[in-house]
Amino acid sequence: MKKDKFIIAGRNFKSRLIVGTGKYKSMSQCAKAVKLSGASIVTVAVRRVNITDKKKALLMDYIDPKKITYLPNTAGCFNSRDALRTLRLAREIGGWKLVKLEVLGDKKNLFPEMIETLKSTEVLSKEGFKVMVYCNDDPLMAKRLENAGACAIMPLAAPIGSGLGIQNHTNIKIIRRQTKLPLIIDAGLGQASDATIAMELGCDGVLVNTAIAKAKKPFDMALAFKNAVIAGRQSHLSGRIQKNLMGSASSPSRGII
Amino acid sequence: MKKIKKIKIKINGSFKFVKDNTNLSDFLKTLKIPLKKVAIELNQEILDKKKLNKQILRNNDKIEIVHFIGGG
Repeated sequence: MKKDKFIIAGRNFKSRLIVGTGKYKSMSQCAKAVKLSGASIVTVAVRRVNITDKKKALLMDYIDPKKITYLPNTAGCFNSRDALRTLRLAREIGGWKLVKLEVLGDKKNLFPEMIETLKSTEVLSKEGFKVMVYCNDDPLMAKRLENAGACAIMPLAAPIGSGLGIQNHTNIKIIRRQTKLPLIIDAGLGQASDATIAMELGCDGVLVNTAIAKAKKPFDMALAFKNAVIAGRQSHLSGRIQKNLMGSASSPSRGII
Repeated sequence: MKKIKKIKIKINGSFKFVKDNTNLSDFLKTLKIPLKKVAIELNQEILDKKKLNKQILRNNDKIEIVHFIGGG
């Protein structure tokens, strides 16, 4: 059997589950959940160093960027200028070129501002960044992002942190059919089965943060998502049966007593 | 006694007074910033971390030092 590889921008990643590192109670809780999830990529935010509290723990002390790929994210940016500034700084921290672009347009629903996102994708791609792009589930916009140089398309399932699961299966399927780029569901998943559905729709991976970090038992949920992504991928590759309106008995009718 | 001239700079949003003619490398050492884990911006321009000792601080300079934290 041909090995099922998950390749983004020429790099092969072991796990199809990407996890966020925000919203945890502590860094040690975050690090343990990341480990249990089996993720090979974690998203991280770029923020000011606390210059008054020098003893404050650093994320890098808990999650080793040599072992797990850090994916700098522009969360919290509401325009292209801020997003570009953030990712250029991220690159400077340690040579990161693989980045996640997320330009938000509304503080309440946190939907992506797609005009600014598209502009930023073009600029970043020209600067040599490998840009994974958070976007809405619009196939036309996904196509534009691909043409602008995105290295992965990351449509939302539902608003960030909402836990609603995939709202528009049809659009995700259409985007899947039109692109060969890695398609990763980003944002809005609530439980493990949501990840399985994403994978069964043919997505290449999922990104989860809140659903794990804010679960009553984050460690168990991290494991659940790990298994759910594997199950969904296997199911997708296994070729499901046709749906039928009527029943079809599993036991042979011959030899009935 | 000759009075040491001080300049005012802004770092990560707060004001600080430093000796005139201080270079950025020395200044960051006093703050114990782990240079390998941060990026530095001076007046909105990203600096090459290898050349910080050549960067002399001026009055009203704005410095931003960022690093990675947990995020989604």
